[in-house]
Amino acid sequence: MQQTETGLEPESVASPVESVARDEAIIQVDDLNKWFGDFHVLKSLNLDVRKGERIVICGPSGSGKSTFIRCINHLEAHQRGRITVDGVELNEDVKNIEAIRREVGMVFQHFNLFPHLSVLENCLLAPIWVRKTPRNEAIETGMHYLERVRIPDQAHKYPGQLSGGQQQRVAIARALCMQPKIMLFDEPTSALDPEMIKEVLDVMVELAGSGMTMLCVTHEMGFAKTVADRVIFMDGGEIVETAAPGDFFTNPQQPRTREFLEQILQH
Amino acid sequence: MATHQPLPDQPPPISQRGWLRWLREHLFSTWYNSVLTVVIGYWLISTFVPLINWAFIQAVFTGDGADACNPDGACWVFVEQRLGFFIYGFYPAEFRWRPNLVFALFALSVVPQFLPLPTTIRKWLAIFGITGLPLAAYFLIAGGHFGLESVPTSRWGGLMLTLILAYVGILAALPIGILLALGRRSEMPVIRGICVVFIEFWRAVPLITILFMASVMLPLFLPDGVTFDKLLRALVGITLFQSAYMAEVVRGGLQAIPRGQYEAAEALGLGYWRRMQLIILPQALKIVIPGIANTVISLFKDTTLVLIIGLFDLLGAVKSTLSDPAWSNVMAEGYLFVAFCFWVFCFGMSRYSHRLEKQLETGHRN
Amino acid sequence: MTTDPRPLRPGRPKPWNDPRVRSVVFQILAIAGVAWVGYTLFHNTVSNMESRGISTGFGFLNETAGFGIIMSLIPYNETMSYGQTFLVGLMNTLLVSGLGILLATIVGFVVGIARLSSNWLVAKVALAYIEVFRNIPLLLQIFFWYFAVLGALPGPRQAVNVGDIAFMSNRGIVLPKPVFEPGAWVMGTGLVIALATIVVLAIWARRRQAATGRIFPVLPIAVVLIPGLPLLGYLLTGGPVSWDVPSLGGFNFRGGITAIPELGALLLALTLYTASFIAEIVRSGIVSVDKGQTEAALALGLPARRVLRLVVIPQALRVIIPPLTSQYLNLTKNSSLAVAIGYPDLVNVFMGTTLNQTGQAVEIVAMTMAVYLTISLAISVLMNLYNRAVALKER
Ligand SMILES: Nc1ncnc2c1ncn2[C@@H]1O[C@H](COP(=O)(O)OP(=O)(O)OP(=O)(O)O)[C@@H](O)[C@H]1O
Ligand SMILES: [Mg+2]
Repeated sequence: MQQTETGLEPESVASPVESVARDEAIIQVDDLNKWFGDFHVLKSLNLDVRKGERIVICGPSGSGKSTFIRCINHLEAHQRGRITVDGVELNEDVKNIEAIRREVGMVFQHFNLFPHLSVLENCLLAPIWVRKTPRNEAIETGMHYLERVRIPDQAHKYPGQLSGGQQQRVAIARALCMQPKIMLFDEPTSALDPEMIKEVLDVMVELAGSGMTMLCVTHEMGFAKTVADRVIFMDGGEIVETAAPGDFFTNPQQPRTREFLEQILQH
Repeated sequence: MATHQPLPDQPPPISQRGWLRWLREHLFSTWYNSVLTVVIGYWLISTFVPLINWAFIQAVFTGDGADACNPDGACWVFVEQRLGFFIYGFYPAEFRWRPNLVFALFALSVVPQFLPLPTTIRKWLAIFGITGLPLAAYFLIAGGHFGLESVPTSRWGGLMLTLILAYVGILAALPIGILLALGRRSEMPVIRGICVVFIEFWRAVPLITILFMASVMLPLFLPDGVTFDKLLRALVGITLFQSAYMAEVVRGGLQAIPRGQYEAAEALGLGYWRRMQLIILPQALKIVIPGIANTVISLFKDTTLVLIIGLFDLLGAVKSTLSDPAWSNVMAEGYLFVAFCFWVFCFGMSRYSHRLEKQLETGHRN
Repeated sequence: MTTDPRPLRPGRPKPWNDPRVRSVVFQILAIAGVAWVGYTLFHNTVSNMESRGISTGFGFLNETAGFGIIMSLIPYNETMSYGQTFLVGLMNTLLVSGLGILLATIVGFVVGIARLSSNWLVAKVALAYIEVFRNIPLLLQIFFWYFAVLGALPGPRQAVNVGDIAFMSNRGIVLPKPVFEPGAWVMGTGLVIALATIVVLAIWARRRQAATGRIFPVLPIAVVLIPGLPLLGYLLTGGPVSWDVPSLGGFNFRGGITAIPELGALLLALTLYTASFIAEIVRSGIVSVDKGQTEAALALGLPARRVLRLVVIPQALRVIIPPLTSQYLNLTKNSSLAVAIGYPDLVNVFMGTTLNQTGQAVEIVAMTMAVYLTISLAISVLMNLYNRAVALKER
């Protein structure tokens, strides 16, 4: 069984660099603009993500964080600008979109596990129908990732029988079974009870340690501090500030960022 | 670093703007959607333009008889000519003020329910609608008391009969349905068993067989000499039939109430009937408003079946007019007219139930 | 010190306040009530029947019926028995219900999906269809099709001619009838072989996919094979099927198969009416599948059609199937409105004509209702089994 370990250890990424050499970037976003009807949600976003880089996106509600990362696997179409993922440009071509989605895993706020399939079958669906993996091999991979998220014993239960934290870990395992190069997380812990947040974050920290390229929308600032290479602050559909976590939390440059951090750190 | 200045909102690209965007998104988003739009658009125009032309533009609305009509247009003359028959059936013309008065009382108790009036007024009018009105309607329409001449039910007909069947049917079916639903959830096995058998029996057989049964079997069931009015037999059949459906709808609502509500009601020390009346039923009925509305609508539609056992409801009245040689060429118009009447009632009721459902949505879903 | 040897129990209330006593008394009263009503009905019925000289028992089923039936799927003429009229009616009910269920399902699914179309016009036309057809009484729709549409067709001599092979007139629709000659069995065999091949192929394809991961396109092959093999058989044996094309002779058509207008009108009305309900069921079933499910499946890289087949449809069907079966039951029960236009279904032939001639109301009503009760019970048993099988595993 092959695995997409990029070999990049977390500490090997030194300081965040604002401008990444273009050919090194696994995700390139140029002048991304999106409208919902007449509402301008995303305004001229630019972002390059290197292989193995871990990025945390935060910002107030409605600032367009979800919309942004959903553009990266084309769950939302953009109207202007250019997104290139792993060398493939995202356009309306269905084959391109499917190719990119194979390489990009996504974890949702509300898990979105398939309730009619058992936990293991949730993990098998895409490898079998998309990667065309033989069943036994897919089961092996599936069990491997269920072990990594520490719930192999639940493999034959149904999603409805699991706790929220367990469901979210299954969702992570399900995405990993496709052995993606990039993982997108959209507030994976915000629908969870406090005691379950930790079990999910532990899995995410471990995943970050394995060198996966990650884009996380989250307000877990502890997570941002320990694993992020860069923190991006969005507001009003724009990237207001990008900084290494150290600078971001101790010395934010923009007044808007400071305001946001004050609010969020009060609790 | 300079302070970040928010970018101004820009208008979306031209293809994403205004009506152009609307057309693109809603009618021409892909090539097959474009083909569909063109094909269906063509079909709609080629069907409805001639239809509207026939039904309205070339149509004749008033006149003395079928001769006044235009062969290229609809002949609505018969509606005007036979309106009295369609509304009252064979009810004697000189007594028509009596059903008219009932219609007015009915409007008095129903229309204010849709108006922004104080709740107490609406409540009393509603109570009159379900208690006083049926009594008043009976004494007025049937006569035979207070110096009013009696009019046998065989002369009742038309829209009046349809409304009587529907109104009485609904008034009777709802409470019976509630009792059956409570019985089906009772802890007493005998009561539960009786209710299950009763409900499942009525739900399993077609209404028409019940109406047949009411007309051929009821005379056998009753002691010699006791006879039952035909209208009453139809009413009993329709009511029992729909009460079984109503029971299932209400049962759905009772099941949706969480256990805690039952326990809380019990903890208050209320007796069974009080618990049901004050706590459980108001919540359960609210949940199943759409189901109740559907049952009411299907009861309303089912009233047409009485023409098979020889009563002249609205459909029966129109149908018998169509078999009159003088009106032999207005077949389509006749059925379209009745269809329109029923459609207005049923569609109106379903819209109203949607609105009611929204109004009563007090937010505390569990 | 003496201890009370009896274990501590709550004190008994007075019997008339004891809920258990009350409940037992209430239930005994209920049984007594039902028994009394049953007895009275029985007693009255028996004495009424005696006084009217109505015979009892099922002996009448062997008596000669003596009336004709305009349409029968099994051999029938007036010299046959009332038992046979029962079967004719039953078959006709099953025929119109079966065809109605098939057609209503097709129309209902198409309209229900159209209702969710991204094309505004398609969605609105579907909505208009639903709101019109389900808010008009079925009986009225039957009359409309029967009297105003089919009844308005010209007589056989001026029948609407569809390419000289089919004719539509107020006597019904006449279609060419296939006549199978010796050798036609080859075609039948072709069909059987095609079906068997598809079954084997499907099993093999699933095994191979499990073993190697390769996906085999069973469906397209089935689409080619199932009509293809019988056609091949037809060509190889030199066309052993000929068509009996109807032709006008005298005042009516000769040859061909005739679908009587009663059947046409009833089928049309049942289909369009029930389909409007099915469409709503299908729509709400599909809508009930959370958007997140589709998104999660798409995000895994599944193509849209597989998302539909593997994720949306299995979940939507759980919501759709129970109310769908109850629509099927409704359609079957509603087919009894046949009596209003004279289509010879069970109610019309048996509860109508047969009852009028024999007067044996109790037996006939009981037999008719037993038929509908059996159908309902059978379906609800199947439904319970289905619900148990698919119930989502919850905590
Ligand atoms: N499908 C849609 N149609 C129209 N507007 C939308 C749609 N989805 C999102 N929006 C709007 O776009 C804006 C950005 O939404 P988005 O979900 O990206 O915000 P967010 O930053 O993820 O917020 P949150 O923290 O609440 O998840 C919001 O104002 C939202 O109302
Ligand atoms: Mg969001």
